[in-house]
Amino acid sequence: MIERDLVIVGGGPAGMTAAVAARENGVGDILILERDQYLGGILNQCIHTGFGLKYFKEILTGPEYAARFIEKVENIPEVEVSLRSFVVDLKSDKTLTFLRPGVLKKVKAKALIMATGCRERTREMVHISGTRPAGVFPAGLAQKLINIEGLIPGREVVIVGSGDIGLIMARRFTLEGAKVKGIVEIEASSRGLVRNIVQCVEDFDIPLYFRHKIAKIYGKNRVEGLEVVKVDEKFNEIEGLKFRITCDTVLISVGLIPENELIEMAGLEMDKKTNTPVSKELNKTSIPGIFVCGNALKVYDIVDSVSHDSLIAGRMAAEYLKGLK
Amino acid sequence: MKIYDAAIIGGGVTGGAIARELSHYKLDIALFEKEEELAFGVSKSNSGIIHPGTQNPPDSLKGRLSVLGNALTRKISRELGVDFKEVGALIVAFKDEDLPVLSRLKSEAEILGVPRLKIVKRGWLRKNEPNLNREAIAALYAPSAGIISPYRLVYDLCENAKRNGVEFYTCAKVRNVTRLDFSGIPGKSTLEIGTAKGIFKARYVINAAGLFADEVSAMVGVSDFKIQPRKGDEFLLDKKKEHLANHVLFPLPSGESKGVLVIKTSDGNPMIGPTAHETDDKDDLSTSDEGLREVFSSAKKLVPTLSENDIIAYFAGLRPASGHDFIIRHEEAAPGFVNVAGIQSPGLTAAPAIALMAARLLKRNGLRLRRKFIFHRHRRKEVHLFEMPMSKTAKLIEKDPGYGDIVCRCEMVSAKEIEDAIARGATTLDGIKFRTRAQAGRCHGGFCTTRIMRILAQKKKLQLTGITKRGRGSEIVKSQRKGD
Amino acid sequence: MIKKSLICIECPVGCHITVCMEKNRAVKITGNKCPKGEKYALSEIQNPVRVLTTSVLAEGMPFKLVPVKTDSPIPKARLIEAMREVKKIKLDRPMHVGDVVVPNFLGTNANLVVTREFFQRGTHTK
Repeated sequence: MIERDLVIVGGGPAGMTAAVAARENGVGDILILERDQYLGGILNQCIHTGFGLKYFKEILTGPEYAARFIEKVENIPEVEVSLRSFVVDLKSDKTLTFLRPGVLKKVKAKALIMATGCRERTREMVHISGTRPAGVFPAGLAQKLINIEGLIPGREVVIVGSGDIGLIMARRFTLEGAKVKGIVEIEASSRGLVRNIVQCVEDFDIPLYFRHKIAKIYGKNRVEGLEVVKVDEKFNEIEGLKFRITCDTVLISVGLIPENELIEMAGLEMDKKTNTPVSKELNKTSIPGIFVCGNALKVYDIVDSVSHDSLIAGRMAAEYLKGLK
Repeated sequence: MKIYDAAIIGGGVTGGAIARELSHYKLDIALFEKEEELAFGVSKSNSGIIHPGTQNPPDSLKGRLSVLGNALTRKISRELGVDFKEVGALIVAFKDEDLPVLSRLKSEAEILGVPRLKIVKRGWLRKNEPNLNREAIAALYAPSAGIISPYRLVYDLCENAKRNGVEFYTCAKVRNVTRLDFSGIPGKSTLEIGTAKGIFKARYVINAAGLFADEVSAMVGVSDFKIQPRKGDEFLLDKKKEHLANHVLFPLPSGESKGVLVIKTSDGNPMIGPTAHETDDKDDLSTSDEGLREVFSSAKKLVPTLSENDIIAYFAGLRPASGHDFIIRHEEAAPGFVNVAGIQSPGLTAAPAIALMAARLLKRNGLRLRRKFIFHRHRRKEVHLFEMPMSKTAKLIEKDPGYGDIVCRCEMVSAKEIEDAIARGATTLDGIKFRTRAQAGRCHGGFCTTRIMRILAQKKKLQLTGITKRGRGSEIVKSQRKGD
Repeated sequence: MIKKSLICIECPVGCHITVCMEKNRAVKITGNKCPKGEKYALSEIQNPVRVLTTSVLAEGMPFKLVPVKTDSPIPKARLIEAMREVKKIKLDRPMHVGDVVVPNFLGTNANLVVTREFFQRGTHTK
C-alpha cells in the first residue's frame, strides 16, 4: 500500500488553502483528492462577487477567488492533484480507498485533512407537503444548472428560505429573464447578508414574505404553484392567512449540512446535531493526525473565513507530521 | 396486422409477472403501459414487503396466493438476480387482551399454510428486536416474511419477459377495447385494443391496469367493481438508522389496513408508514402534514426512538382497492377478457402466484399453453458498486474504467451503471433512480443531477431540455442558453 | 430636509447609512464605518450602479459557459439591457482570468472580463 505524508480530501477553497499552508510549513508530499473534474469546489458555480475582501483585500467572484489558489497549488511541485477521485472508504488508521475512472487505489496517509464541504438541506428533510413534481430544486442545483450548464430551470420562481444562496439565485433568475414571485422565510428576518437583501431582492422589487412557510406544493408532473401560510413565533400556521402563488419552479434554500459521512465511517466522535466531528481544539478531531477544515467543520458565511480556517489546519497537519519524525 | 395471443394492459408488478409467466409458452404477447416507463404506476410506491401470508381470511385469494407467492418469489428472485432478504415479520401486542388476537392470526395463517409461525415473548423480543418498545409483551413471529425492491422486481421481470419474446409498449395508454367479431367463444374472436401508440389486436386481453382496472374493464362492458383508491403516506429514514428494526414490524391489525409499519427496506433505509385514507382522485399522490403526524405517532408506539429528524424522503402511493379480495376472473360477458384487478396488499407478494392463476384461467378458456424449448430463465444481475466488496470493485474497474467514474456520491453509483440502466430501458431521471439508486441518497440529486442529465441526453440523443423526471410534462428545465 | 436611509453593499458588514438631502443634494452622510460607505451612499442616491456578474456561451471548449463580470459597476438601470447584450456573445477560444471580452461594455467605461481560469492542469500525478 502506498503511504503519503499528507492526504487532503477535497479540492475546493478549504482543501487548496490547507495544501498551500501545509507546504509553507514544510510538508513535502501532499495528495489532493477532488471528486469533480476540476479544482475549485463550489466556487466554480458562485459567479457572483463578494469573495476575497478580507483575504485578498479585493472584491472577487467565486471563480476568481478559486483561480488564485488553483494557481498556487499548480505551482507547487510537492502537491499531487487527483481529479475525478472519489473516496469510498476511510478507516481510523488513516487508510483510505478512492476510485477514479479506471483506478481503485488504497492509500495510507500519515496525516489527513478532510475538506469535504457541505451539501444542501433538501425539500425532503423539511417535509413540505403536497405533490412531488419536477421543478423543485435545491438552490445550489439551480445555480449549477444556470451557471455551469446554461439551463434555465423555470420561468416563474418562488424561493423558500432567505439564506444567501436563495437571495443570490433570486437575482440570477431575474437577470436571466425569469420572474421571481417571492421569497418565503419562516423566521422574522433574513438569514442572509444584508447586502444581498439590497442587491438581490430590493433592486428587483421581489416580495419577501417573513414569518411565512410553504403549506403545500401542487402540480402533478411539474410545479404549478404553492400554498403559502403565515406562521407565529412557534412556526405554527395561522388560520385564515393562507394564499396561493402560481409558479413553475420552487427553490429550496434552507441551510447547509456539513458532509462528514466519511469521518463518521471511520468511527470518529461526531456531534449529531451539527453533523461535524467533535473537536477539542480548532481543526483537530478525536483522532490525532486527522483534521477538518472549511465548511465540513463549520458552515461559514464567507469563503475568506474558510481560507483562514484552512490555513490553520494545514499548519496543524505540518506540525503533526514534524512531531512524528 | 399481427394478432397477439394475449395483450397485457398494465406494466406494474402484476403485468410484469404475468408477462414473464406467459413468456414460458409459445405465444405472441404484448404488454401496454400508459406511463413513460414500467413500474411508474402503483408499483413504484410499494413498500417492498413480501408478506408471510398472515392477516388474510383463510378462504381468500389474497391468503392462498400470497402464501404461494412468498415461496415463488424466492425462486424468481434467484433466477432474475434481484435481492430478496428474508427478514421475518413481527405482529406486536401490548396488552394481555391482545394475546387471543395473536393466537387467532396464527391459526388462520396456519390453515393457509404459512410456515414456521411462533408466538414470541418479551425475552425473545428484547434479544432480537432491541429497539422495539419495551412495553410490548408478545408478538406473532412470521420468519418467512421478506423484503425486496418493488420496482427493481418489475424491471427484472419485464426485462426477462422481453428477452423471452414479450413486446413492450410504453406511453401506450389504452383508450378502448372492442370485439371485432362475435363468436362468443373465448380465443376465437379478436379483440382490438386502441392505444396511444396505435391499434393492436389480440385474442385474449389481461387487465392488470392497477388504479384504472375498473375503467379498462368498463371498456368491455364489465362494470361490477370499482377501484376506490386508498392513499398511504410513507416516510424513508436515513440509512444511518439501518438497524432501527431487524424485522418488519406490524401493530395489531385494525379495520381495513395492516396499520403503520416499521419496515427495513431492501436498500437499507428504514421506512415507516403507510397511512390509509380513501380518496377519489386517482392522480393524487400528495403527502400531508397530518400524514406525517399520523405515521410518526403510530410508529413511535412500536419504536419509541424514531425521530422526524431522520426523514430523508417521503412519498404517497395509492392502493387500487376494490372490495375485500383480489378480482381474478375470466369475464363470461366479455369472452377472452381476464380481469386481474383490485390488486392491493399483498399484491406484490402474490404476483408470481397471480400470474400462474391468470395463465390457468387463459388455458381453461381456450388458450393453448405449449412450453418453449428454450426459455431464458436466468437474468444476469446488474452491477451495483454499493453492494460489492472492495476486492470485486477493483477487478470491475480494471475491466471497465467507467465503473470507477462515480456520478452519485451518496449512493456510490458509477457512470457505467447509469449507462447500463439506460441500456436496460431507463428514459427518465426517475427510471434511473429506481434502477440504480442515483439521486435517492442524502443529497437527493443535488450533486449528480446535471451529470445524469448529460449522460441521458447523450445516450438517448435528446436535448437537455427534453430530459424529464418521469415522462412528458415533467421536464427538468424550461430552456437552454444557446447560440444563434 | 429629506432623510434617505440605505444599506451599504460594499462589504459584508452592511452599514445602515442615513443621507440628509437638501434641494436634491446630499449634505450630510452618517452611519458608515469606512470611507467606502460615503462614496457608495452618494453614488446610490445620484446614479445607482452595480457590478454585473453573469456568463457567456463558449464554443469548442471544455466548458459551455464562461463566467464574466464588469470590472467596475455599471448603471443599475442598464442591467437588463446588459444581459441582452451578453446573450449575444460567444467565445471561441480559451481565456485567462482577467482577459477582456468586451472593452467599454455598453459605453459604460467598464470592461466585460473573464472570471474563470480555463488553463487548469487537470489530474497531475507525480
